[in-house]
Amino acid sequence: MSTLMECRDLYKKYGKKKALNGLSLELEGGKIIGLLGPNGSGKTTLIKILSGLLRQDGGIVRVGGNPIGIESKNIISYLPERTYFPTRMRVREAISFFQDFYQDFEVSRAEDMLNMLGIDKNMRFKEMSKGTREKVQLIMVMSRDARLYLLDEPIGGVDPAARDYILKTILGNYKEDASIIISTHLIADIENILDDIIFIREGQIVLHQMADNVRQEYGKSIDGVFREVFAC
Amino acid sequence: MKWKFTGDIPIYLQIMEQMKEQIATGTWKPGEKLPSVRELAVQAGVNPNTMQKALAELEREGMLYSQRTAGRFVSENEEEMNRMQERLVQQQLEGFAEGMRKLGYEPREALAVFEAYCSRWEETAERRRNEYINGMQGSL
Repeated sequence: MSTLMECRDLYKKYGKKKALNGLSLELEGGKIIGLLGPNGSGKTTLIKILSGLLRQDGGIVRVGGNPIGIESKNIISYLPERTYFPTRMRVREAISFFQDFYQDFEVSRAEDMLNMLGIDKNMRFKEMSKGTREKVQLIMVMSRDARLYLLDEPIGGVDPAARDYILKTILGNYKEDASIIISTHLIADIENILDDIIFIREGQIVLHQMADNVRQEYGKSIDGVFREVFAC
Repeated sequence: MKWKFTGDIPIYLQIMEQMKEQIATGTWKPGEKLPSVRELAVQAGVNPNTMQKALAELEREGMLYSQRTAGRFVSENEEEMNRMQERLVQQQLEGFAEGMRKLGYEPREALAVFEAYCSRWEETAERRRNEYINGMQGSL
């Protein structure tokens, strides 16, 4: 499998605080990857650099062979931690917004999922619960035919039943050669869908392994290994 | 179909175990076509690559077979199925024996309590059968 994403020696500072401290990482296509680390370990910074929202202070990033820019943005679908749709916007407006912006957006896929959840396309975002807003946002992001999905805390604010739905939405909607990076600290909820896990601490990768190998090696769940590695 | 996973064993091994159980208990019939890897993965809430790996292993063991274009099927090979059944029974026995050994039982003592258990089990089954028949007669 060819390299889909590559970071070499990434540095990023906020003032004096080093968010990324010489991070190197290579990912191939066709994988679901858990980006796992405690608060402030650099997960969101890495994702924001990949999506082009932040620029690194040093190091190289390539996605699909290109530096971060128009080409990379065309193949990356990014779910931010917080929803960004204007509160007055209606769902159908968000759909046409995505349609205008992204050539790979599939309206029918988004509509199918919205129907399945019984979400009215005329609803405004301000009329929705937090969980519903997050679901709509995820539906939009997963309705693109991207090569790389970056999901920053996709299950943070929703109840366990909705979590299952969200995980199934993720599983059912990516192409076989695409990869998904899921950043979270709710490991137990997502660990069954992961191919690979990445543990990140203080801006560096401390472990990058196949999830099933970690289970075999440690005889523990990913959650259990995480608690051990990051014990305070 | 219900899937249940624990965290401390590789998921593909757990899928294989549960698939075997489902085949042994007739959830999947010999010769039946399986849904696609993606469908099964979504259903079980696991990664498609993991599901793929489990199915490939089951194929290697002879529980499943694939036909290039038609998909994947449950094996109709009776010998293979019997062997699987035997293995599952063996596992249950080992689990029981292990538990009794931990409690400090000798094989003979374990056998005695298990025999007692089985005769109660038989009585219960018999009583249920009678209740059912009586119930049927009553409703007639």
